[in-house]
Amino acid sequence: MANSDTHVSRRDVLRDGLQMAALLGVGGLGGYLLGKQGRRDLLLWQIDPYKCIACGNCATHCVLQDSAVKCVNSFPMCGYCDLCTGYFPPEPAALNTAAENQLCPTGAIVRRAVEEPYYEYTIDEDLCIACGKCVVGCAAFGNASLYLQVRHDRCLNCHECSIAVACPSQAFVRVPASQPYLFKHRIRPA
Amino acid sequence: MQLLDSQPWSRCRPTEGESLRALPSGAAERGGREAGGDASRFRIQRPRASLWAVVIIPALAALLLPGGSVSGEERFPPPDFTYHKMPETPAPAPDSPLWDLIDTAALFAALMVATYLALSRRSRNGLLILAGLSLLWFGFQREGCVCPIGAIQDVAEAACNVHRAVPITVILFFTAPIIFALFFGRAFCAAVCPLGAIQELMAIRPQHIPLWLEHALGILPWVYLGLAVLYAATGTAYVICEYDPFVAFFRRSGATSMLIFGACLLVIGIFIGRPYCRFLCPYGAILGLVSKLARWHVRIPPTHCIRCRLCEDACPYGAIVAPPAPLSPGERRKARRRLVLFLAAVPVWIVVGAIVGRMGHATLARMDYQVRLAGWIANEREIDPNNKYALDAVRAFENTGESAQKVFAAAAQRLDTFRFGSTLLGAWIGLVIGLKLVQLCTRTPRDDYHPDPRRCVACGRCFWYCPEERVRRGWITSVESVMPQGTAVAWTTPQTPSSKTA
Repeated sequence: MANSDTHVSRRDVLRDGLQMAALLGVGGLGGYLLGKQGRRDLLLWQIDPYKCIACGNCATHCVLQDSAVKCVNSFPMCGYCDLCTGYFPPEPAALNTAAENQLCPTGAIVRRAVEEPYYEYTIDEDLCIACGKCVVGCAAFGNASLYLQVRHDRCLNCHECSIAVACPSQAFVRVPASQPYLFKHRIRPA
Repeated sequence: MQLLDSQPWSRCRPTEGESLRALPSGAAERGGREAGGDASRFRIQRPRASLWAVVIIPALAALLLPGGSVSGEERFPPPDFTYHKMPETPAPAPDSPLWDLIDTAALFAALMVATYLALSRRSRNGLLILAGLSLLWFGFQREGCVCPIGAIQDVAEAACNVHRAVPITVILFFTAPIIFALFFGRAFCAAVCPLGAIQELMAIRPQHIPLWLEHALGILPWVYLGLAVLYAATGTAYVICEYDPFVAFFRRSGATSMLIFGACLLVIGIFIGRPYCRFLCPYGAILGLVSKLARWHVRIPPTHCIRCRLCEDACPYGAIVAPPAPLSPGERRKARRRLVLFLAAVPVWIVVGAIVGRMGHATLARMDYQVRLAGWIANEREIDPNNKYALDAVRAFENTGESAQKVFAAAAQRLDTFRFGSTLLGAWIGLVIGLKLVQLCTRTPRDDYHPDPRRCVACGRCFWYCPEERVRRGWITSVESVMPQGTAVAWTTPQTPSSKTA
């Protein structure tokens, strides 16, 4: 009887020791990671517009049905052209807003006459699917003022962005939450 | 039309040799397309292509790509408006961190309630309701992210990479269930994890599977854990998230392959309870191991076991362990010899695993982007035209104007990292197999039916099978009324603590 009692207590002591060791291990790992994080900014996903080739993967690879990536227009860069190659397909029948003249498959680009002879193009983000057709069109013959950006009001900020996995140009980078966008500027940085 | 006059129409039309799919940014001409040297390491077939690549590609590039850079140029200088005000580019802010706080609070609350329901109330119905709520909240509302299973990867990456850190929420999501399991068993798996919950609710007709299969498949989570840590630590991929079978359901969108995989697991889960938890989930494996140390683990009887054997078939997850039968001296000697043999074999398993892992490093490294890109560049002319991803990647690489040598060097470095990493992974798998075999020939002497903490997910199915529990609930007045006639077990007197037989 005494023998069996000591046996049980030895087992218990061993278990308690291991338990404390595991607790210290998990706590230590957590503490180390907490210390490492410190007051560092949270990181968010963003597209580097100078690396992006607008392949169209953003439209199909986001875990959201409606991709968190949207096209944005950098207004200070835009040429406000009448014949916008981001808005119109090559050789459009007429330069108006008729559906058959639009390059955008969802009609997400809003064309509005501002000062004569200029037109302003804004993106309706609820319609944009991030296919990148306008981005390619604008870059090919225009000022490349249209480009894709992750919209943080939609992005889930997954551990690993599944568009980043499918991005052929590795244009997805992590940016600090205090500066969550990588906007293009008029003069391209060297 | 004034604009058209100043900027001729022809300028906006694709001319011959100028593709509409022109590159949006910096299509600088690529100088060094030297495809010798390192390239041969990444070429898969037809090495003679390098000759062609040297001669033809620069010529093609010069033909196809317009001279100079495309995007830096301001072809149409932005106008100076007189009265129109240029709008700002909208920059919506990310979600408030309040959600993270709510998630963490919800996790702790759910863990505490689950522990209370499993250990104190012993209520399967309560656990099922909590599982449903967790599924709705963590699954369908928060769309399965953050989850502790995926947090393994963040933790591994942050622990191995000096430049990476993890948010506090993720650290808490990773550690809290482990600490709870350390004291109370897998309450997290029982009713908090949305992946567990969806499978628990699907397990309608769970069948037993043979014990050998259970043990064999039980190795998979550890292999998966090693693989996930390897890929996360090297910053290659987050395989757990990528191959999460149920998150596509939670988000109501996702890759078709994963939806099919998830649906298959759910259908299998009707008959084989919780297939993902038992045979794949790496976090469940960690929790199971940690639960071995839990002092207040779920018990089948509320008080003491009377060895009535009524719960023997209750567990669909094969977690209920019968007290081992005593061995004859001959069997004991044999068992001891086997144990020594298997213990001695553990280092052998590790070495064999390490060698196999080292041999397979190139295969594992294929997941890495740099290595793949190097392969595609080396094989540029043989890329299958259907492989849009490879074509885009090569196009994007050409767009950067960097030399191929740089990619080959980077890929070679990645291969070295993987050679080390997959050796470790192989050794890990060897260790897992070796220890599994050791575990199979050890026996813990006990005289009661108890759930094996490694496999028990505290679902609470077994509670109702126990006559002691029925008495506790007041469903029956005495244990005898449910016992089969003529069962001669000395259960009326309380057991002496640990009357060891073996």
